[in-house]
Amino acid sequence: MTSTLRALLGACAVAGLATVASAETTITVATVNNGDMIRMQGLMSDFYAKHPDIKVNWVTLEENVLRQKVTTDIATKGGQYDVMTIGTYEVPIWGKQGWLLSLDDLPADYDVNDLLPAIRGGLTVNGHLYASPFYGESSMVMYRTDLMKKAGLEMPEKPTWDFIRKAADAMTDKAAGIYGICLRGKAGWGENMAFLTAMSNSFGASWFDMKWQPQFNGDAWKKTINFYVDMMKADGPPGASNNGFNENLALFQQGKCGMWIDATVAASFVSDPKASKVASDVGFALAPDNGLGKRGNWLWAWSLAIPAGTKHADAAKTFIDWATSKDYLKLVASKEGWANVPPGTRKSLYENPEYAKIPFAKMTLDSINSADPTHPTVNPVPYVGVQFVAIPEFQGIGNDVGQQFSAALAGTETVDQALAKAQELTTRAMTKAGYIK
Amino acid sequence: MARRVTPARKATVTAAAWALGLLIFFPILWTILTSFKSEGDAVAIPPKFLFFHWTLENYAVVNQRSDYLLHFWNSVVISFGSTFAGLLIAIPAAWAMAFVPGRKTKDVLMWMLSTKMMPSVGVLVPIYLLFRNTGLLDTRIGLVIILTLIDLPIIVWMLYTYFKEIPGEILEAARMDGAGLRDEIIHVLTPMAVPGIASTLLLNVILAWNEAFWTLNLTAAKAAPLTAFIASYSSPEGLFYAKLSAASTMAIAPILILGWFSQKQLVRGLTFGAVK
Repeated sequence: MTSTLRALLGACAVAGLATVASAETTITVATVNNGDMIRMQGLMSDFYAKHPDIKVNWVTLEENVLRQKVTTDIATKGGQYDVMTIGTYEVPIWGKQGWLLSLDDLPADYDVNDLLPAIRGGLTVNGHLYASPFYGESSMVMYRTDLMKKAGLEMPEKPTWDFIRKAADAMTDKAAGIYGICLRGKAGWGENMAFLTAMSNSFGASWFDMKWQPQFNGDAWKKTINFYVDMMKADGPPGASNNGFNENLALFQQGKCGMWIDATVAASFVSDPKASKVASDVGFALAPDNGLGKRGNWLWAWSLAIPAGTKHADAAKTFIDWATSKDYLKLVASKEGWANVPPGTRKSLYENPEYAKIPFAKMTLDSINSADPTHPTVNPVPYVGVQFVAIPEFQGIGNDVGQQFSAALAGTETVDQALAKAQELTTRAMTKAGYIK
Repeated sequence: MARRVTPARKATVTAAAWALGLLIFFPILWTILTSFKSEGDAVAIPPKFLFFHWTLENYAVVNQRSDYLLHFWNSVVISFGSTFAGLLIAIPAAWAMAFVPGRKTKDVLMWMLSTKMMPSVGVLVPIYLLFRNTGLLDTRIGLVIILTLIDLPIIVWMLYTYFKEIPGEILEAARMDGAGLRDEIIHVLTPMAVPGIASTLLLNVILAWNEAFWTLNLTAAKAAPLTAFIASYSSPEGLFYAKLSAASTMAIAPILILGWFSQKQLVRGLTFGAVK
């Protein structure tokens, strides 16, 4: 072989290797449109600096559209996405189906033991972690400290439902356009049913007993819905049956609500002086209870998971490791301040003295810690999930039951009628799905 | 006998028409106004109509965050592509049904229309699987094909109605003069049906532009049109109404302008054949 030929072959080999080395892997990440996710898209230069061989395409969508798209894709093994943003509802179902890749082999510095136990529990199936939490949330009471003072009351750190009712009555001043309590009323499994399911846990109710029999004909549900409807009729804003998170957020920020029980993520919105007229007069408390051992708060974590059909599993894992690492939290803090760090995922964040200065940090952590997705109710149940039941049928059933309770709030049905219909339609759906033999 | 129109009656009818027009246009106007507000003003109680601090900030944020031109171009290709492909198939089909109807023509027309009655989500999974197996997921050509098929019944129906208004004798005369089938359709029928074809084209471009089920479900990053662009600004947890309004305004502006300039053509086409 001549030296020229050798040199040429060598050059080809080097060129070939160089091509392989510089080959770029493109991954597609499907995500929801919320502040934390959008912030991450703005911080991608850090990821690209560390991983120049991976390019990320973003598909950002509204939550319900995203859920429909990623569910279709993963069920058909479409392979359009390499990383999906999913919640604590999907992970147990999809993990069990074998639709997600396990994240047990993330690098050691990911430090899986640093994840908050409640959140980690919600994302683990049969001992395997199937999604890495990006941010976690619970629900809590947000209230107007000035109106509470004016009413001559003091909010305890752990209020009861009776106190909430008393405070709502005292704060309501309809002539001045102030309503003692704002709660979700818009129908939907992720709307009013998220709130009412969590609330019902604290009243000792549950969706099903151990034999999957619906429980809407029991006293606990009757007490829950009567309490909710009575309080909202007396102290809630008009048209409350159309209000979801955003509507209540707008009302609270405009100073129209005395109290609002909703997602902990709202704390940063209502205490932001640029958006909220009442930013300096907001206090926080744990979601109420009835002394039965369960509080009326929920648990949710938007998390990153890898569908089993992906062709870029390694690059996807590298991305998830970066996006949900301790270093990412530090990166956000250095660029945007501690108040904008994605909350509710890691113990180390809450041990950080800088983060502890954030007014809602402790209450968010306490709320998350007081939720237990594996034992959500007073009596034992065959399902996991605090504000939902982690079975595929729940979206449909939850929407239908939500419509009944929204109608009860609007006054087009009585509470008894709504409960009877909820019982009937849930029994029918569960029998059809084979849970009730 | 023509009815006499008094000035008072004319004024009343004009005022009523304007009021109705404004009422229908109001949601779009409100979206456009909201796009110039801050997020705080967007949810102010009571709502602020004109007296707020006008800002272009939302447009700047939207442009910085999203690739508007990519989504816009995808919308153009998908809507015009599917409409032209639909017309190519529908013109001969409508000709056959209008001028050489068979015993089953009415049934075929009704059957075509009945395909529009099935909810799209009912066939989402089979279509998704077909697209996955043929590599059409997240491609413009895939969306052109699906929207062509979806809009075909409407295109055929509209053209059929217009063609029925054209006297068959004219086509017979052309045939007597030696015109073949191809010449008859291209040189005789089509020029006479231009207003109808134009309005069909415009209406279907608008329908395809606004189609938000298949365009959302069959795309990801590459072929996503403006419907996905809007959906990326909607959020159930967070008040981003001003940014959502800016994105919506940018998404509907091209089709609004197209509709504005071609409204005479559109109205003429839509009423073509209405007076029997």
